[in-house]
Amino acid sequence: MNQLGFPLLSIVLWLPTLGALALLLVPRDSLTTLRGLALLVALATFAASVFLYLSFDFAVPGFQFADSMEWVPSWGISYSVSIDGVSLWLVLLTTFLTPITLISTWDSVHKDFRTFQLLMLLLETGMIGVFVAQDLFLFYIFWEFTLIPMALLIGIWGSANRVRAAVKFFLYTFAGSVFMLVGIIALYLLNSQATGKPTFDFQTIQQNIAGGALASVLDQTTARALFFAFFIAFAIKIPLWPFHTWLPLAHTEAPTAGSVILAGVLLKLGGYGMIRFCLELFPEASHWAAPAIGILAVIGILYGAMVSFAQTDMKRLVAYSSVSHLGFVVLGIFALTDQGIAGGVLQMVNHGLSTGALFLIVGMIYERRHTREMAAFGGLWKVMPIYGGLTLAMVLSSVGLPGLNGFIGEFTIMQGTWLSTELGWRFVLPSVIGVIFAATYLLRMYRLTFMGDVTNPENAELKDITPREIGMLVALLIPIVVIGFYPNLLFEPMQPAVQAITQALATAVAGQ
Amino acid sequence: MPEIQIPTPDLNVVLQLLIVFGWATLLLLIDLFIPAGQKRITGWLAIAGLIVAAGVGGALWSQQGGASGSTFNDMIRLDNYALALNWIFLLISIITILISLEYLPRQGIERGEYYVLILLATGGMMLLGQGADLIVLFLGLELLSITLYVLVGFAYPRVASEEAAMKYLLIGAFAAGFLVFGIALIYGATGASNLQQIADTLSRQPLAPEDYTVLLAGGALVIVGFGYKIAMAPFHMWTPDVYEGAPTPVTAFMSAGAKAAGFAALTRFLLLAFGSQQNIATWALALAVLAAITMVVGNISAIAQTNVKRMLAYSSIGHAGYILMGVLAASNRGVAGLLFYLLAYSLTNLAAFAVLIALERQGEAAWNMSDFAGLWGRRPWLAAAMALCMFSLAGVPPTAGFVGKFYVFTAAWQSGFQWLVLIAVITSALAAFFYLRIVVQMFMSEPVREASAVSDRSLRLGIGLATIGILLFGIVPTLVITVVEQSVLALGR
Repeated sequence: MNQLGFPLLSIVLWLPTLGALALLLVPRDSLTTLRGLALLVALATFAASVFLYLSFDFAVPGFQFADSMEWVPSWGISYSVSIDGVSLWLVLLTTFLTPITLISTWDSVHKDFRTFQLLMLLLETGMIGVFVAQDLFLFYIFWEFTLIPMALLIGIWGSANRVRAAVKFFLYTFAGSVFMLVGIIALYLLNSQATGKPTFDFQTIQQNIAGGALASVLDQTTARALFFAFFIAFAIKIPLWPFHTWLPLAHTEAPTAGSVILAGVLLKLGGYGMIRFCLELFPEASHWAAPAIGILAVIGILYGAMVSFAQTDMKRLVAYSSVSHLGFVVLGIFALTDQGIAGGVLQMVNHGLSTGALFLIVGMIYERRHTREMAAFGGLWKVMPIYGGLTLAMVLSSVGLPGLNGFIGEFTIMQGTWLSTELGWRFVLPSVIGVIFAATYLLRMYRLTFMGDVTNPENAELKDITPREIGMLVALLIPIVVIGFYPNLLFEPMQPAVQAITQALATAVAGQ
Repeated sequence: MPEIQIPTPDLNVVLQLLIVFGWATLLLLIDLFIPAGQKRITGWLAIAGLIVAAGVGGALWSQQGGASGSTFNDMIRLDNYALALNWIFLLISIITILISLEYLPRQGIERGEYYVLILLATGGMMLLGQGADLIVLFLGLELLSITLYVLVGFAYPRVASEEAAMKYLLIGAFAAGFLVFGIALIYGATGASNLQQIADTLSRQPLAPEDYTVLLAGGALVIVGFGYKIAMAPFHMWTPDVYEGAPTPVTAFMSAGAKAAGFAALTRFLLLAFGSQQNIATWALALAVLAAITMVVGNISAIAQTNVKRMLAYSSIGHAGYILMGVLAASNRGVAGLLFYLLAYSLTNLAAFAVLIALERQGEAAWNMSDFAGLWGRRPWLAAAMALCMFSLAGVPPTAGFVGKFYVFTAAWQSGFQWLVLIAVITSALAAFFYLRIVVQMFMSEPVREASAVSDRSLRLGIGLATIGILLFGIVPTLVITVVEQSVLALGR
């Protein structure tokens, strides 16, 4: 049992599913009840996760709030969940973004509202499950399960090219994860072969590997092969160049709420997986592969930025910017230093907040004008001043303006990369160029749509955003500013967990 | 002159068989007094008999507790392996009848014999699971095949059905020929037709080289014979045509039951007669290559299909490849995985074909992909059930299909077939494409034409039973795992 004496983490995990089931009892056409119930569940989940944060003991490095139950005893599978200083933030990000996206669907989802809410809540359980699962089997189930609701969200409520986007999204990620399945099977069997005790428990396996109990069966080549089996799944998810091709399509075609969750949380499953599984299970292979992965990350940063610059569709532009931003995350993680990993985690949270906000912003104007082409706009600030102001704040956060969250994340990552023995300053230089590019394409988008005179008469009639929409953006802006001014709010609690990871990495290399 | 000693048969061993066969014969008579148009009653009576047989299985399971019994001079065995398989067979038959009850009158082919034939086929399948002698295996196979020939052609005078029956008959006769020839060769080499005796002969002393060659040829021919039944490449050619032409419930029955029975017999044959370490080495690799070919051929051909019934046929070929991994692992884990996979796969296929049944109208096939378009809007539960089946076939958690795949993959990996596991996961990823296409049609496309789906209580019950099983065994696999793990003890070696 955990420090609270009751399964708080499991409540956070399963509350959305219970809510989804409860939605089935509400008639399809009673919109108000559906809205209220779904939002209530999401807010309750958020409240529970805040409580999780408040009672988290930050002085202790390990996993907390462990709930565990036998599931398939003869295979060593258990239902076991817990969080550490890294996953806590990603859980909070998930529970924070979900209610906001649910509110955003009130205006934008016009068909089969109930199913949409239901899938969003199921998706929330799936995503939290990935972050908290401590059993490889359980982890894989949650990992795969997130695919189904997301593919349906894209495919049913997306725009014109939605079916292709949904299929591509599903197949890409599914193809990646079957390799992870092979990795899990191999790891499980190697572990039970070496220790004689079949288990899927992550911490047991990790300690066995670190303690050398698997040395007889897990030689360097095997470890590197397994590293890649896991890595490929995460690289597709996050997505790392050149595995990114599903992302622009999926992001662009998904409904607004889908894009927000996709960018905000779903991509982070990949980053989290890299930290938790690639780094912690295969430290030697991580060191070995870091330079190559760093190169791919840098290519991603530059490529994503350049392609973003060429876009005329705002949503596509934001989508490609994700490729660039998540390149930073991968770079930070595979710097294998304290600063790099902490920066990577922070940048994942940042990207969730600011890119999520940008997708909401694009969605708001799309609802009004049914186009996302930048050429159709211009001078929007004059007609929609509040909207313009909030957009500017989000754009600047994404650009990395000091004082807002994006700057802290990118700065820490670059610091970590510079200090890294594997990567070093050579990797920092191109990523700085990436930051400059980010300013270029995002500010260009802002200039084209918001600055200047109202050129298109259709835009002159537009009304400013509603209080509800303002509320959603302000809710996102608060953490953006807070993190920007006081990043230690996240860094300090994260520190013990990150240090535990880097220490394990260092010992693995020292032991060579 | 000494009196011939005939040992009294242990009726417990054949109790389930007796119930099924006896009830089938009785039902044939009872059916005479059931007026035409009321033949549903026969169907329900058949289900009652099957449930009794399943219940008796429960009593036998708790009574014998892992020990194995045999009778008729060790020709028929009853062990946990057979009991577990019998449950799977009975479940398949029950669901098959449930989804047939409304289909037959709708298609104008309602006749009481149908249910009797299903019972007889079930008996044949159980014989395949319990048989410990090549002769009994042949008997079971023929019993199953002959009833299936009739069932496939049951939609007479629909030409497609007749054509399918003819094809199945020809290919089936061909396969039976292989099997008999193989049995003859094995008998020639070892002087025994009993699986245990064959194993004993082989372990006593090495065979003379020429005998060994004959034995190998015989074993290969038997594998080919069963290969037809389980639709293993390259003996799968008949599958799409026959599956397409047969009445849909029969297709469901064949794809689940006949395949499961084929695997049941093949596994016992290989692991009991050729279960020693060096014998396994001779056949496991060959079977692994065949399994790889089967996965590749089945899944890649399925991609090209636009007819859902044909697609499911090819998919069932692909799944034969995965199930083979459980056989060729030649381990306890492999056999347990095989049983789990058979259950998961059978439930999934039955439910998927049942959805096809709901969409099918008289004289008109609604098997085109586009017939599924917009199903979510019209019949959400039906669409959800079909989606669940597709995800289960693709091996997406949390469905039984995923646990089954996981089970046989680990077994094959453990037995040293890592390369096969790699091929299996790659083909699984490919397969996701065509399963997903149906989901896309149902959820993401607008209906092309007004296709009304049938809603019938027994059909709903059949689909409901199967889909609940898929979810339940996916989320709480322990329920089945504890049973199948006990079901391997009595087998082989």
